Amino acid sequence: MARIELRDVVKRYGAVEVLRDINLDIQDGEFIVLVGPSGCGKSTLLRMIAGLEPITEGDFTIDGVRMNDVRPRDRDIAMVFQSYALYPHMDVARNMGFSMEIRKDPVQDRIDRVRGAADTLGLSALTKRLPKALSGGQRQRVAMGRAIIRDPRAFLFDEPLSNLDAALRVEMRLEIARLHQKLGATMVYVTHDQVEALTLADRIVVLNGGDIQQVGSPLELYERPANKFVAQFIGSPTMNVLPVTGGDHGVTVANGVTLALPHLPDTLQATELGIRPEHLDVVPAGAGEIAGVADVVEHLGSDTNIYANIEGLGSLMIRKHGNIPIRSGDRLGLRFQTENAHIFAADGTALRRATGSADKAESGHAPTRSLDSDPLAVLLEDPQ
Amino acid sequence: MAVARSHPALTVGKYAALLGYLTFALFPLYWLFKIAITPDQLIFTEGTNLWPSALTIDNFRTVLFQTDFLAYFGNSLFVSLGTAAVTTVIAAGAGYAFSRFDFGGKRLIIAVMLVTQMFPLLMIIAPIYKIVASLGMLNSLTSLIVVYTAFNIPFATFLMQSFFDGIPKDLEEAAMMDGCSRFQALRKVIFPLTLPGLGATLGFVFTAAWSELLFALMLISKNEAMTFPVGLLTFVSKFSVDWGQMMAAGVLALIPSCLFFIFIQRYLVQGLTSGAVKG
Repeated sequence: MARIELRDVVKRYGAVEVLRDINLDIQDGEFIVLVGPSGCGKSTLLRMIAGLEPITEGDFTIDGVRMNDVRPRDRDIAMVFQSYALYPHMDVARNMGFSMEIRKDPVQDRIDRVRGAADTLGLSALTKRLPKALSGGQRQRVAMGRAIIRDPRAFLFDEPLSNLDAALRVEMRLEIARLHQKLGATMVYVTHDQVEALTLADRIVVLNGGDIQQVGSPLELYERPANKFVAQFIGSPTMNVLPVTGGDHGVTVANGVTLALPHLPDTLQATELGIRPEHLDVVPAGAGEIAGVADVVEHLGSDTNIYANIEGLGSLMIRKHGNIPIRSGDRLGLRFQTENAHIFAADGTALRRATGSADKAESGHAPTRSLDSDPLAVLLEDPQ
Repeated sequence: MAVARSHPALTVGKYAALLGYLTFALFPLYWLFKIAITPDQLIFTEGTNLWPSALTIDNFRTVLFQTDFLAYFGNSLFVSLGTAAVTTVIAAGAGYAFSRFDFGGKRLIIAVMLVTQMFPLLMIIAPIYKIVASLGMLNSLTSLIVVYTAFNIPFATFLMQSFFDGIPKDLEEAAMMDGCSRFQALRKVIFPLTLPGLGATLGFVFTAAWSELLFALMLISKNEAMTFPVGLLTFVSKFSVDWGQMMAAGVLALIPSCLFFIFIQRYLVQGLTSGAVKG
């Protein structure tokens, strides 16, 4: 049980600033996912919470106690590593019970807890094996077992699923979600995979270039991205972005078509329009706002992805549920679901009505944890 | 590495090359052994025969019971084991530091350690002699241990560093998250994984110290402090060389090296590969 706070945290390596002004409140029992492209500082931030990297500036507290200078072993935090980091010379049981061994807990207690954790994770038959005799998924489970056995205040996960194959990743993702529901512990999870982020998180922290771009629930980030980076990073397939000229009540795309955007203010400042693939409708050729030619069509069974070439605009991606009878080379019309369109100013900031969202100000503010945001029922489907 | 199916001629050629090399490398050892078991009177008459017409173990008997060989042997063992142990402990510590920590002057220290390896030993014999003499440590086995340790540390450190580099940092960090101090993590997690590396380093340093002649010759002149390579020279007298006994002593001197390598070879093979190639 832990509430983790980061206040004005900065991390520098020499002159290189890798994290700037990180402000984050993590509520007790919250599942926070740090997501961003590689090199954005997300792993560094996690390692600073773990105590494996010193914090250059700012305060880091757990339950109100400043932790900056506390050694990792005294922070009572467990971490699951990307490489699993199982001790190669110890069997599964000893790997899992190692923290209790170090703490000199009673042996019987340790045996009982290891057995309990092994049962939970389906490892009972493997407790005498060495890590090298385990499959990737089993190793991952042992690493998780090693973390849960301690009953720590918080769990940290550093891209724990990135070494697993696609099917196993989905399975382990579910297990982590279950684990969180069962333990109700504070969890901080680092990934570059936005599907993991969207499915697991209570709140997602999007990082880029050492700055927090936005903090919010998966749906908030999807529906009201604070800027173009978040808009393009969250959501799969990626949002289409078109250059536009801002007008009084709408925007004009490069081939001269004007789209009315009554729900958005500040259209004058808009330089780009963002529209997600699922917010474009395919209509018969001649209808809709713009016309195009289907270039590549991917039939996924549940969905159809259409890459359409639009004269003067380049390529747009459209995603529709079900099997759409379109073939490569077909002419088609496209209609924008303008109520779902986003516009961005020249600096990439999303322009929108003041009401309902103040994402910029949201960084650092934790909305109460929404219990109804079932991590697995978010609208995005897994691309795999 | 292994080619699935290669031309028979290639295979034959490969084995011929191997055989040629082994013959070349092992022939001196064979000759050592042959002379050791050849009776004295036959050494010159049957000089180039591959196998003597009569065999004897007299040379061994003489060496063991009528010379100071056992004392030399003991001295060598003491010096070699001492050097191996001291060097390995220091090299392990230094290698760990080089592998895991960033500190001021790290690159400089590594560079200086490399520089020490660049000079021919002959160049520094005189200064070393002077230093040891003014410390009053001539004719002491300790001085040999100190000198050998100094010379072996750089290479041993680089060897150990490569072993530590091969052990993922995550393991220590995981141990520290699990409640270990850095030292506990080192002792409980890293040390057991470094055993092959320690074995390889021990073996390397032991062999180097066991067969070292130059410094032992310069720093030791008293009979009771002689190491085995220096002692071998006592078989060379003013008017003759006692080849049979010298070779018998040589054969005996191989025994500890062989035992040592048999003992550590499991770690050595594993060690040299796992240290050199990551993953």
